[in-house]
Amino acid sequence: MNKRLFTLLSLLVIASMALTACGTAATQAPAATDAPAATDAPAATDAPAAAYECTDALGCVKIAPDEPLHMAFWGVLSGADSSLGEDSKRGVEIAIDDKGGKLLGHDILLTTEDALCTPEGGATAASKLATDTSIVALVGSTCSDETVGGIAAITQAGLTTISPSNTRPALTDPNRGPDYAGYLRTAHSDAFQGKAVAEFAYNFLGVRKAATIHDGSAYAQALQQVFSDNFKELGGEIVAQEAVAKDATDMKPVLTTIAAKQPEFIYYPVFVAVGGYITAQVRDVPGLEDVKLAGSDGIFSPDFLKASGPNVEGVYLSSPDFSAFTGDYAGFLKKHEAKYGGSTLSTFHAHAYDAANIIFAALEKVAVVEADGTVYVPRQALRDAIYATKDFPGITGNLSCSPSGDCGAPVIAVYQVVNADPASWNPADPTNPNPKKVWP
Amino acid sequence: MRTSFGERMLDLVVTGFLWGIRIAILLAIVIGTIVTVSKGHYTSEQWIGFVVFGVAQGAIYALIALGYTMVYGILRMINFAHGDIFMTGAFGAYFVATWLNTIGFVDRNPFLGLLIPVLFAMILAAAIAMLVERIAYRPLRNAPRLVPLISAIGASFFLEYAFRGFFGPGKYAYPPIKALDGGWTIFNVEIQKVQVLVVAAAAIMMAILYFIVMYTKVGKAMRAVSESQDTAALMGIDVNRIIVSTFALGAAMAGAAGVLFSLVYRQIDFFMGFTPGIKAFTAAVLGGIGNIPGAMVGGLVLGVFESIGPSLFLEGLGIPRPYQLKDVIAYTMLVMILLFRPSGILGERLSKKKA
Amino acid sequence: MNEITKENFLWSALKIGLLGGAIALFICLIGMTEIFSKRAVIEKVITLGQFVLLAISVSCGLIAARRTSQLLRSPSAFSGLTAGLVAGLTVGLVLALFILAGDKINFRAVFLNASPALYKVLTFEKGIGGAWILPAAGAISGLLGAAFPLIPTSVRRPLFHAVLFLFFMALFSGLFRVVIINQGEKGEKIAKYLFGQTGMTVPGASIFFVLVGAISAFWSAFGKQIKTSASNLPKGGKIGLRVVAIVIIGIIALGLPRVSGPFIAQVIVIVALYILMGLGLNVTLGFAGLLDLGFVAFYAIGAYTVGLLTSYGPFGMQHISFWAAVPIAVLVAMCAGFVLGLPVLGVRGDYLAIATLGFGEIVRLLAGSDFLINYFGGPQGVIGIQKPCIGVLEAFTKIDVPRMCRGIELKDPQDIYYLAIFSAILIAFVSWRLRESRLGRAWMAIREDEDVAEALGINLIQTKLLAYMLGAAMAGLGGAIFATLIGSIFASSMQLIVSINVVALIIVGGMGSIPGVIVGAIALIGLPELLREVSEFRYLLYGAVLIIMMLVKPEGLWPSQAAKRELHHLDAEAGTEL
Repeated sequence: MNKRLFTLLSLLVIASMALTACGTAATQAPAATDAPAATDAPAATDAPAAAYECTDALGCVKIAPDEPLHMAFWGVLSGADSSLGEDSKRGVEIAIDDKGGKLLGHDILLTTEDALCTPEGGATAASKLATDTSIVALVGSTCSDETVGGIAAITQAGLTTISPSNTRPALTDPNRGPDYAGYLRTAHSDAFQGKAVAEFAYNFLGVRKAATIHDGSAYAQALQQVFSDNFKELGGEIVAQEAVAKDATDMKPVLTTIAAKQPEFIYYPVFVAVGGYITAQVRDVPGLEDVKLAGSDGIFSPDFLKASGPNVEGVYLSSPDFSAFTGDYAGFLKKHEAKYGGSTLSTFHAHAYDAANIIFAALEKVAVVEADGTVYVPRQALRDAIYATKDFPGITGNLSCSPSGDCGAPVIAVYQVVNADPASWNPADPTNPNPKKVWP
Repeated sequence: MRTSFGERMLDLVVTGFLWGIRIAILLAIVIGTIVTVSKGHYTSEQWIGFVVFGVAQGAIYALIALGYTMVYGILRMINFAHGDIFMTGAFGAYFVATWLNTIGFVDRNPFLGLLIPVLFAMILAAAIAMLVERIAYRPLRNAPRLVPLISAIGASFFLEYAFRGFFGPGKYAYPPIKALDGGWTIFNVEIQKVQVLVVAAAAIMMAILYFIVMYTKVGKAMRAVSESQDTAALMGIDVNRIIVSTFALGAAMAGAAGVLFSLVYRQIDFFMGFTPGIKAFTAAVLGGIGNIPGAMVGGLVLGVFESIGPSLFLEGLGIPRPYQLKDVIAYTMLVMILLFRPSGILGERLSKKKA
Repeated sequence: MNEITKENFLWSALKIGLLGGAIALFICLIGMTEIFSKRAVIEKVITLGQFVLLAISVSCGLIAARRTSQLLRSPSAFSGLTAGLVAGLTVGLVLALFILAGDKINFRAVFLNASPALYKVLTFEKGIGGAWILPAAGAISGLLGAAFPLIPTSVRRPLFHAVLFLFFMALFSGLFRVVIINQGEKGEKIAKYLFGQTGMTVPGASIFFVLVGAISAFWSAFGKQIKTSASNLPKGGKIGLRVVAIVIIGIIALGLPRVSGPFIAQVIVIVALYILMGLGLNVTLGFAGLLDLGFVAFYAIGAYTVGLLTSYGPFGMQHISFWAAVPIAVLVAMCAGFVLGLPVLGVRGDYLAIATLGFGEIVRLLAGSDFLINYFGGPQGVIGIQKPCIGVLEAFTKIDVPRMCRGIELKDPQDIYYLAIFSAILIAFVSWRLRESRLGRAWMAIREDEDVAEALGINLIQTKLLAYMLGAAMAGLGGAIFATLIGSIFASSMQLIVSINVVALIIVGGMGSIPGVIVGAIALIGLPELLREVSEFRYLLYGAVLIIMMLVKPEGLWPSQAAKRELHHLDAEAGTEL
């Protein structure tokens, strides 16, 4: 009986193998045709190795004909801030799709690393990416803290990263130190934005008494401080500088405290959750029924409209100037909808998209392609090429990178929300924009 | 009794230190209050406003705290996943409410349009809690005390990230209900309809729960099981069934709290249960864990202190941005209350039993 | 289980299949299948996504067959196989139904991951017509699972081990590949032979399969013999064996960071920091039974002390060297332990848990607040923390300029590795000595019964306070090393989740057991760090593992002797229910 069972079993095994082969043959069809190339790869690579001599100061990445071009994204992908990282990651993925998933004849492979929005998370993610010598360039990180923790490892490994969403001014300071040689960003520094909002409030709106709220994040705390300093310099008065916890939900008490100081203008450069709670609750607080409200790019997203509800109409939001956007932002949103089924999660997907495309353009410029398809990417040359980016037509504007790593177009505009329906969100629409640009 | 000189000195230091802390905290509160009040930044309407906001927030804490306290009373176990049960309720209600809203049902019949999502959320939350109990807690009934705690932490992570997988990390907004817009002005203080609804709904639900626990057969069985599982079993009570119904009842309260929370604050995401969960747990301990009226009192006290504390105590002490330290007040008050009453405000009865 | 039910075995197989189908559907809907299908177990043969689904139906088949042999009076191989077939088929049918329904209903309105890409994966890109493949594959794999117990043990075990190992290798293939590639040219050739970019290659997988199978077969055949001959060795031989083992481990530990590169070193340092915290909490919780859910406070206090004392950034206070700052940090943490310990002395059980949780949150909130921004940097943190220097450290010149180190500077994770490992070993030794001491026995007496301990003449206040202080000191040391490892500290690093992790690793390792802390830290901190590639599902898996671990091994992975005895005692008591 045992023998018969064995025959039965072996038959089953064979059948199941055939079946999986059936299944995989279909999925792997394109890959399968590459397989023959893979077998004679060693012979082919030996010859060009002699032909191309890598003289780059940081060495070269060699990509054999059957290997993918390896890029990585690092940023926060878990925890309460994960929508920020997920949003940027999607920007990169759409950029890859737009290239048909291929660059220089190689499939693009995107590795993602969770950096947890903390410096130690950033350090761990960066050290992992630094170990992998097949990576050519990175997009990330999302939180400035992650960059502070991880950038040394990335620069030392000869890699270059472009952050789509770090806004801490110090990261692109001219005296930022050699550890930051491999760091650039398409996001703009908080220093520009806080100043722009102060000028807008004082000159355009004509308010003289302002209050600020931040949520204890480095981003919001720095931004409201820049605003306050500039607003006072212009001659205005800061009547209250308040702060709430990042996970607070009930804003009415803090708003009541602010109401007692009778401001004409409240600036809260926070993220979507806190921003939504403040906007939704502010009109319920006696004394704040007519106060003017303004936020910044942390809440410049349809999610903010969702979170705030009808009260959001009339809120001012500072953001990069979309009229300076040259690319097809509407087209980007359509692709996003098709791929992920839903609206964008945060503000910096377009910056991530641009960051990836800057890297692609630089790669195409510096990579050496051999006749058999082997690609060499000299690292220092790639870094230099990224720094040399000039008038790059991104969807966030015409981008040029400064020697200290600022690639973002520092043209800040202030928009006003005219329709509380998140579905109507389209700041780039020529006829019927929401939010609508009001300044400058 | 042989006590060495060193030991007696230590006792002295300890007692002195404890009294020092008590007096310091009390002094800080009193001085802060006096300074703030004498400065007169706020009108009395604003002070009443603080209390009203605090009560609305506290009612939600209290509803969640009920689940903690019921489970604790019966199993002596911290159900760490309870905050996430609250989140599942909010998500469930969101989808039902959105659907009802798009077909226009809510505008035609606002009362049912509110009630149906609440009921759905309660049922969903109860079902998930029963599932969690069956898989993660029941097999550990006789394990050491901390083992179910770790299992509960695991369940909490699992629920959070399963929902993140289902619905993504983005935010959902509970559809606005027109009937709840606006408010009433009573004694110069404007009170929102939503706040009234939250407090009323919480009160009704707590009353129903109290009735169930005190006067129905199941409730009596629950109290019996919480006294002693073995004796209850000997009396012919199906202990497992009672434990499951406790979980379900507590979870239903949390599910309803999830809907109330989303009605007030609109935003729904997979992480929304974490902070309210911890706060509700604090409220439960504050009131005396295992004690149902204690959970209600604890929730209200916590909500009011959080709302009024930063302006009343901290501002007078000259601390900048006091609202950032709202949670510091909450936890300091917790330690303070535990210093005076080590088993919470109403926790007399259970403290004699060893936790 | 003890009573014989009259349940039909096919009905029970169907139920098992439905359960498996529900799990499979769950895995699809949270987006795991889609993402895992981009990763291969064996390149061009089977993806990780397919492997997971197959594993579900195989296990369903296996469980159904087992259950059948329990249900039937005279179970035959045929009935077992039928049950397996039914269970596996049901799993596949559930998914097929989902595909067919998804063609008509838009599940994506609710579940974001019911995306076209998912359907593509599930139908093998054959469109709706490909829906039959999954039930067929499910049926066959269910049969395979059911047939599994029929194979003789000598074949079955190695087979199981080999498949398990393949799965393990699939998860870590990227990591192994990178590490081997970095070993120079030969390494690159070997790595590319064994691993592709997304998984193992066919030859690589075959080699691992055969190798592990052979080792397992060898061990099951001769393992007992080796064990007995080892235990029959004379005393000198045994000690010699142990010495050899320790020397080998020592050499590996010393050389590892040099070979593996910064990432593995970084992960090991982080594990070592959690071991330090774990050993600290092991004193308060494991020995003395005092639950502390705010342990991160001491870690933060240690880190901030070192940061403020050594930083060359704007918040630096003293600009002393790391070595001088560490003892101060430990002392400060100890004082903090005393200060926390005092007010909660009279608090018992779970009241203690929330009081300590509150303490941890208070420390974090104050450190990051605007109230103390001029001392701790608020949300902008303390930056520019001096790295440890073995040699002469030159004088502080000006803000934002690191002090020059003449000698060896422990700059990279690979260097700090030695510091962290040394500290962990030192503290492990200290806590072992503590446990064996008079004080240690007093702690354990308190843990078992406070009232009895007091009656025995143990001074509760003194003993408890010492537990808090010593535990805090160990965590403070961990924080000190953390500060210098990262070079900057932010209040946002000191979240509640750190405290939760520390409690979890102690329980998972085995409460009160020192090796348990190490094993727990590796399992709960090290493995998830290495599994960064599945970042979206890290916490999901973490949660599932915590639950499963508690269900399967409630006493922990490496329990202390006392805990083991206790649990077995309990098992005997609760025997009827198990």
